[in-house]
Amino acid sequence: MSNKLITLENISKSYDNHLVLDEMNLYIRENEFVTLLGPSGCGKTTTLRIIGGFENPDTGRVVFDGKDITKLPAYKRQLNTVFQKYALFTHMNIAENIAFGLKIKNKSKSYIDDKIKYALKLVNLEGYENRMPDSLSGGQQQRIAIARAIVNEPKVLLLDEPLGALDLKLRQDMQYELIRLKNELGITFIYVTHDQEEALTMSDTIVVMNQGYIQQIGTPEMIYNEPENAFVADFIGDSNIIDSIMIRDELVEILGAKFACVDTGFGENVHVDVVIRPEDIELVSPEEGTISGEVTSLIFKGVHYEMDVMANGFEWLVHSTKMFPVGEKVGIKVDPFNIQIMNKPASEDEEAVQIEE
Amino acid sequence: MKNKFVKWLSLPYAFWSLAFIIIPLVMVFYFGLTDKTGKFTFANILSISLPVHFKSLLIALLLSFISTVICLLLSYPLAMILSSLNSKNNKLMILIFVLPMWMNFLLRTLAWQTLLENEGVINTILRTIHLPALKIINTPYAIVFGMIYNFLPFMVLPIYNVLCKIDKNLLNAARDLGANEVQTFLKVTLPLSVPGIISGITMVFVPALTTFVISDLLGGSKILLIGNVIEQEFTLNSNWHLGSGLSIVLMLFIIISMIITAIFDKDGEGSAL
Repeated sequence: MSNKLITLENISKSYDNHLVLDEMNLYIRENEFVTLLGPSGCGKTTTLRIIGGFENPDTGRVVFDGKDITKLPAYKRQLNTVFQKYALFTHMNIAENIAFGLKIKNKSKSYIDDKIKYALKLVNLEGYENRMPDSLSGGQQQRIAIARAIVNEPKVLLLDEPLGALDLKLRQDMQYELIRLKNELGITFIYVTHDQEEALTMSDTIVVMNQGYIQQIGTPEMIYNEPENAFVADFIGDSNIIDSIMIRDELVEILGAKFACVDTGFGENVHVDVVIRPEDIELVSPEEGTISGEVTSLIFKGVHYEMDVMANGFEWLVHSTKMFPVGEKVGIKVDPFNIQIMNKPASEDEEAVQIEE
Repeated sequence: MKNKFVKWLSLPYAFWSLAFIIIPLVMVFYFGLTDKTGKFTFANILSISLPVHFKSLLIALLLSFISTVICLLLSYPLAMILSSLNSKNNKLMILIFVLPMWMNFLLRTLAWQTLLENEGVINTILRTIHLPALKIINTPYAIVFGMIYNFLPFMVLPIYNVLCKIDKNLLNAARDLGANEVQTFLKVTLPLSVPGIISGITMVFVPALTTFVISDLLGGSKILLIGNVIEQEFTLNSNWHLGSGLSIVLMLFIIISMIITAIFDKDGEGSAL
């Protein structure tokens, strides 16, 4: 594995007595695409601003490339930021915007001109040098903001919800664009978003945050398939989170029925949370199922049908390509490795929260 | 249907501007370009070249220029401080600042007369603490003082407004790209505030150039600005023709100064005024 490029040590930050980050520890490796993911107010943007130098942490250290940069002002840091609302200089044309950082560093004119050409080519906006920012669409402005940042050859690019203001189609295109850019540039990206799909698509590593705490760090697959607590399971994708009892290793009692699972080491007769993804539930005939119930709603979603099944007092969310009409009696079957067992939250902060939007 | 209604709505203003702007303007031009017998002449306008008139125009230009520059130098830092305060504090500060504007212009200037007089408040205080009295009243200094005091808010507010509208992320972006505080100010804040500066300059320079009340009250009729000369032609000498002719000349200077500011404003994509 490559080196740790940025380390956050015991970072705390509060505004007006409201704690935003609590003793946070995190490291980011070189050449990694890291996403800070969480609902609004979880502290992800504050974390980014602390790394960028726009906020000072109350306690803790920021170490960059082996050096303590906690007190270093933003303009001396070897990283660049792409802001949420682009923040292009409206009184300058595109070329002047991109040249801003290079002119301050007193680079030669030919060097700057080459860099402008290179950056515009990289973001597929060749020939836009003399346009004004106002005359560009949101997506184009965002590309210019990226170009303006990367000409400075930062070791790390910080992106603060850069796609938040774009429409869905453009957002998806830009996601692929960002992955391509990251691979071409070979630098570290730290990306902040509240959009779990964006995070799953682009990241090498996802840091799930809630209420100032890191909930889980892992690859997109780990975060999706093996959420460590109910918050993560709830925040990433749809899921059925059910209060259950771990009877012994590899056996869990869910809503009174015994299910085989693959998890071990939780102890015997322990209360746990169980996560089952809706696409992992197999609907069968009532006799074949571990639990049986009745379909209460049916929606066609294109790729699959979304159904609610009332069984043993719980409304199960099911995604299936097979359709079962409302009122049909069905059985529920789940493969052992699709049952994810989680410890009950140790504190309130890990509690699943209702997510807006 | 709707269009018709909107047209009707504009009627009161149309009447207003006809009665109080267009007709008076036509009359000024009529009087300015005729003599007492009603014959067409340029004599009234050309009389600006008389030393006494020309001198009053120069003094007016000079004093209003000085006042505008001082207003700008005072206002910009103040506007920056105001715009950087949090909203609770800056509302109060703005209120304190705008408060004198709610009082009548004439009263404020008369108050300054009382303060600056030879036997006025300031000199009385100076004498009680055995300091030499100052001779301010009836000097150009007093006029500049009065202009600055009366017109300062008109410089502060447009600059303050434009500074408030600058997206803080732009300043962060500049810092992010390596600009220190001074560079951020020179390359981002200042250029983006040009429209506010321009409208501030216009709103101070034009009324200062045409004033006759301030110079009357604080200059003691010893220093004649072009505004005083025009006023006297209308009131004392009852020579409406000469007064109108000089007014046309003054209008020309105002238009010239506005054109100059408009040229400077081009880069700022002006929303001046």
